[in-house]
Amino acid sequence: MAGGHADVQKHVKAYLGVFVALAVLTVVTVLASKIHFGSKAANITIALLIATFKASLVAAIFMHLRWERGASIWWTLLICAAFFAVLMSVPSLTVFELPKQAIFQMWDVAPPVPGGH
Amino acid sequence: MAAHDHHTHDGHQTHGHGHPELGFWRKYVFSTDHKIIGVQYAITSLTFLFFGFCLVMLMRWQLAFPGKPVPLIGGLFGETMMPGGVMLPEFYNSLGAMHGTIMVFLGVVPLLVGAFGNYVMPLQIGAPDMAFPKLNMMSYWVYFVGGIVMLTGFFVPGGAANSGWTSYAPLSVVSQVSRNMWFTGQTIWLLGMVFLITSSLLGSVNFIVTIIQLRAKGLEFFRLPFFVWAQFVTAFLLLLAFPPLEAAAVLQLMDRVAGTSFFMPTGLVVSGQQGHWTGGGSPLLWQHLFWFLAHPEVYVLILPGMGIVSEVIANNTRKPLWGYRVLVYSLVFLGFMSFIVWAHHMFMTGMGTRMAAFFATTTMIISVPSVVILTALLLSLHGSCIRFNVPMLFALAFLPMFAIGGLTGLPLGLPAPDIHLHDTYYVIGHFHYVVVPGSIFAIFAGIYHWYPKVTGRKLNEFLGKLHFWGSVVGANLVFMPMFFVGMAGVSRRLYDQTVYQHGANVQTLTQISSFAAWFFGLSQIPFIINFFASIRAGKKVSDNPWEATTLEWATPTPPPHGNFPVIPVVYRGPYEYSVPGASRDYVPQNVTA
Amino acid sequence: MSSAALPYTVEPHPLTGVYSGKLGTWLFLASEVMLFGALFSSYVLLRVGAGDAWPSGEATHLSVPIGTFNTLVLIVSSVTMVMAWASLKMGNLAKGRMFLALTIALALVFIVVKLLLEYIPKFRGHHLPSTNTFYALYFTMTGLHALHIIGGIVVIGYFLFPGAALWRTDPEYYTNRIECTGLYWHFVDLVWIFLFPVLYLT
Repeated sequence: MAGGHADVQKHVKAYLGVFVALAVLTVVTVLASKIHFGSKAANITIALLIATFKASLVAAIFMHLRWERGASIWWTLLICAAFFAVLMSVPSLTVFELPKQAIFQMWDVAPPVPGGH
Repeated sequence: MAAHDHHTHDGHQTHGHGHPELGFWRKYVFSTDHKIIGVQYAITSLTFLFFGFCLVMLMRWQLAFPGKPVPLIGGLFGETMMPGGVMLPEFYNSLGAMHGTIMVFLGVVPLLVGAFGNYVMPLQIGAPDMAFPKLNMMSYWVYFVGGIVMLTGFFVPGGAANSGWTSYAPLSVVSQVSRNMWFTGQTIWLLGMVFLITSSLLGSVNFIVTIIQLRAKGLEFFRLPFFVWAQFVTAFLLLLAFPPLEAAAVLQLMDRVAGTSFFMPTGLVVSGQQGHWTGGGSPLLWQHLFWFLAHPEVYVLILPGMGIVSEVIANNTRKPLWGYRVLVYSLVFLGFMSFIVWAHHMFMTGMGTRMAAFFATTTMIISVPSVVILTALLLSLHGSCIRFNVPMLFALAFLPMFAIGGLTGLPLGLPAPDIHLHDTYYVIGHFHYVVVPGSIFAIFAGIYHWYPKVTGRKLNEFLGKLHFWGSVVGANLVFMPMFFVGMAGVSRRLYDQTVYQHGANVQTLTQISSFAAWFFGLSQIPFIINFFASIRAGKKVSDNPWEATTLEWATPTPPPHGNFPVIPVVYRGPYEYSVPGASRDYVPQNVTA
Repeated sequence: MSSAALPYTVEPHPLTGVYSGKLGTWLFLASEVMLFGALFSSYVLLRVGAGDAWPSGEATHLSVPIGTFNTLVLIVSSVTMVMAWASLKMGNLAKGRMFLALTIALALVFIVVKLLLEYIPKFRGHHLPSTNTFYALYFTMTGLHALHIIGGIVVIGYFLFPGAALWRTDPEYYTNRIECTGLYWHFVDLVWIFLFPVLYLT
């Protein structure tokens, strides 16, 4: 990392700012979970969006990506993101491909009968 | 914890050759020198390869003569494995599972990546060592411990893991499990995998950083030997594909030991009894996580081999490789595609047509770069003056053998024919063609090619040719019949095919495979003798006996600590053979004009 | 320069712009993304398959206040970690070590809270990993995460005590290694930032 004392001093300000943001956003996440945004999926999406924003703050400022000039690091992140996306497609390949009953019955709940009881 | 030692590496050694002489243990056992570590990997993995071969020889007796006592050594195995010398089905299954596991994870990959990659790659890029020498040492020892852990499975009650190298749930979760005794072979397999995967991950970080950061001056990416490119892409595959299997292994461990139900469906009945798992899990989840790794893993098995074969072909045709850039782009594309074809191993799990079509399409697409690479290597032969030395013989044989392996994969990658061929001997024939006369021949080529750099002596040519011809004939006789046995409907992992009429009909073919396996095994004897005898009695050679262009031949023999007395500067590409107007038929990369 | 010395351990490579340790750390983190990604992927698959039977809110018996507290503890530890690096970068070893010690302390708080206020009460209340797949995932994901925290504590502890000797011979190298440790530590914090809402709040 380049920079003498002056640069690092500026960074320290950024670190403290991000800390405040993260703390606030944590509280926001908890409060948002108490509000019903329509469906469970909507709540989950909002929680994940806030988490993603928090994560990008950590990555950009704490992990110095905002100042990162090394192209190989960006390539690493890009390739990783691509394959992470592939990995996250696994549930949709399984669960949405087959009716739920065919793979697994869950818990002690009777499987839903097509057309109702 | 092993995962964090990547922070440590050799400090600034500004002392050159003035540092104190290391004792025996630091120099030869706990060495951080990539060459020693490469040799350690080679010795250990060749031993495991031999052991894995012995396992399958036992299996081949049972397959050829089902129910007959194993001659000579049958009595050694005791009542739990071979009562009266006759192999029990459970033991057959253990042999099968461990043969696959040992060959893939303890044999071929550590040899291709750990041995060849470690020894040759830093030399070929003009580096003094790997980027993280201590991490490199750790990778080896974690692999070694993982191997020992795997082997202990044979010595615990219940024997070694017996659910295939694929360890599919729910069988792998219920196998050998009881509330009182959970430290069984199947559990040990999972523990061993955690070690092996960790070793691989640490190693792949090292390889990638070394290739990116430690190339000699002038060695741009498109001047790298193709072997280095192959190791580079392979390292990325290992880095990103292995962790999901590590996660899955932890989940399966939890299922076995903590009674969780990650992979256990509700209501499972085993041998007439309700299991103690609450259920709610999915066996398919294991398959997805396993194959997410295991498909890129098969490319890990072949890519470094292609790299070795490329080096040997360029050197012994005295010509540059045909289509270097095309080769590199195909390699990178292949690496990328390898992550999105995995479910072609799962066509028979009841997946819908949409998903099957997607994976069949990607599988067909991935065959294109493989064919491009093979074609480029074949075209590299055209118009050349081939030197038919032993490494070149193996490299040449690799080409059609890999072609057969690859082509026989095509019907497996299409859902419709896969219905008939899935889980039959056809599959076994397909992948063994790629791995045995494919990867293993490439390994042999590499050993004969680089032995003079490691030892200063050449391996004996006559013994080498005996080894070669025996291996080529033997391998084909072992694996070619398997395609027909499979098409006749004989399933794999089957202890006795003669209980079925369709199996009994082709029993002769199975016996041919078994006899040929002996022939193949005996053909390795000249090689083993050669390997050890030539250390002392082999013909002494110069630093560059093959008159090669790549940087590893520019070092003293064997290369000293630090490799290059003077760090080389690179002025040209890796395959400047038969350059018009040059004084010799090869111009090394580090030579100016 | 002697051929036995490894270049770019401290000074960045002229073309790539990074020193080797940092690139290695990022590559390792990429593999960790795939590791935790596999667990998150499994979570999605198993949860969607369970439908409405999946415990949510009160039925999880997870304490949101405790989870929130632990989240804040980790966030603060990330700040102290990066401040440790910043102090070292500005040449102040004492301040750097103080921040490292604070990081370890906060990490230990996290572990103790998790163990004493979450895991052990759950075991006592017969909410075990084998009880259902929600708990299986909860214990496995947070357990693996906790193991990563413990690993981090070990590494930071090494740099706080025996490893600090490196400051005398090569302060820049030492600072770089703290930066790499920091990258790892922030990643562990990152994972928790996703784990907390997924397990506790949805």
